[in-house]
Amino acid sequence: MIKLDSLSKHFGSTVVLDGIDLTIDKGEIVVIIGPSGTGKSTLLRCINFLEQPTAGTMTVGDLTVDVKKANRAEILSMRRRTAFVFQNYALFANKTALQNIAERLLVVDKWPKEEAYRRAREILDQIGLGEKADAYPASMSGGQQQRVGIGRAMAAGAEVILFDEPTSSLDPEWVEEVLGLMKQLASERQTMMVVTHEMSFARDVADRVIFIDGGRIVEQGPPSEIFYNPQDPRTKDFLKKILATNPV
Amino acid sequence: MDVLNVDYMLGLVPVLLRYLPLTLQLAGTGMVLALILACLFAVIRVLRIPVLNQLTIVFISFFRGTPLLVQLFLFYYGLPQLVSALTVIDGVTATIMGLTMHFSAYMAESIRAAIVGVDRSQTEAALSIGMTNGQMMRRIVLPQATRVALPTLMNYFIDMIKATSLAFTLGVTELMGATQKEASGSFLYFEAFIVAAIMYWVVVELLSKLQNHLEIRLNKAYSR
Ligand SMILES: Nc1ncnc2c1ncn2[C@@H]1O[C@H](COP(=O)(O)OP(=O)(O)OP(=O)(O)O)[C@@H](O)[C@H]1O
Ligand SMILES: [Mg+2]
Repeated sequence: MIKLDSLSKHFGSTVVLDGIDLTIDKGEIVVIIGPSGTGKSTLLRCINFLEQPTAGTMTVGDLTVDVKKANRAEILSMRRRTAFVFQNYALFANKTALQNIAERLLVVDKWPKEEAYRRAREILDQIGLGEKADAYPASMSGGQQQRVGIGRAMAAGAEVILFDEPTSSLDPEWVEEVLGLMKQLASERQTMMVVTHEMSFARDVADRVIFIDGGRIVEQGPPSEIFYNPQDPRTKDFLKKILATNPV
Repeated sequence: MDVLNVDYMLGLVPVLLRYLPLTLQLAGTGMVLALILACLFAVIRVLRIPVLNQLTIVFISFFRGTPLLVQLFLFYYGLPQLVSALTVIDGVTATIMGLTMHFSAYMAESIRAAIVGVDRSQTEAALSIGMTNGQMMRRIVLPQATRVALPTLMNYFIDMIKATSLAFTLGVTELMGATQKEASGSFLYFEAFIVAAIMYWVVVELLSKLQNHLEIRLNKAYSR
């Protein structure tokens, strides 16, 4: 379970997140949508502590921290409970596909080598890249890299996987394989928070869609409500625009 | 002007070869120590560790801003005068100290640049899976920076091999010192020094070959 209580983030005098209250159940698939620059990435980054939030409290699993007072150990602990999938994949360039996935188990969780690689191989097979074990990121397609990126997040066994526009950097030909893998994870009830412009994914997979604007949650609900019966004019306006370019 | 005394030159080769190991030992030891020190400095500079950062900046500035020969004399003649416990310092030790500090100052800067050049996405990914800063440095950043810094570092190593010749001014009989002695015995200066020059040259060439191999190997991961 994830719980955010009036989580806010300021960059200098700009308020990017303005008191976010949010509870996500275990196994829930949440899709976050909203205009550019409204704090969607910042929200995910705060949960993974890639940014230190300015104020609020955050609970992930059985750990609750007052973000302002979070010490190093708590920050590490929060990061280890959450996994991040980056828009630009961000695979470790000096490591093979297999090593990218095993890295976390080896270094952070201190698993014995053999076990870590066995688990990494399992994940690699699961994401359909068993034959790419020894390939370096530079030699893989965007779609393959992002699947390894997801595999790396899966290895964490995290409470939640945070996806920040996982398909936005991909050539169109690779989008489906990545979305397919995400759907597979969703069907296994892996808790996920996904920022995406893929409206059909949101409609088909999400349990809940959250519309964010100006650093606040404007509206949320099941996809059927948000997409077919939005209440707030900002949501309506956004959907009109986005559905024109990304039809469901 | 006599013609070149080839017999003398050929005879000199095995004599001088006996001093090559010391030259390589000076450069090898100096390089290893300089690398360790340089990595330390670079990390201090990148993480801007208070106090240490300022000290490092001054250290680097001094050792880059003064001639190596002056530094060697400082270590060999100057230090024992200052600290009596160091009267036992010999030429070899002073040379290694000088080479280490001088070259670590240069290498720290190129390692620092290589570290800073590692893409931000790499460090974010490392942090996102819960690595500590130290783990991130050791497993992700430094290996990638090494590849970028390698050509420059190899150039410094080559410079250092040549710089070991200054050790003869501290009375160390390495390749240069030995050549100097041989030459002043035979008065065949040109012959003696050309043999020494060729020896340095061959060592440096071999090293360049090694450098190429290393670069190909390190680049393998990054090419399609
Ligand atoms: N490190 C930073 N320093 C200062 N401002 C920042 C920083 N990171 C983000 N911002 C600002 O915060 C705001 C929200 O950024 P964020 O990336 O979270 O938006 P987003 O909703 O993900 O947008 P997009 O859809 O374009 O990805 C933007 O105005 C951005 O300029
Ligand atoms: Mg974003």
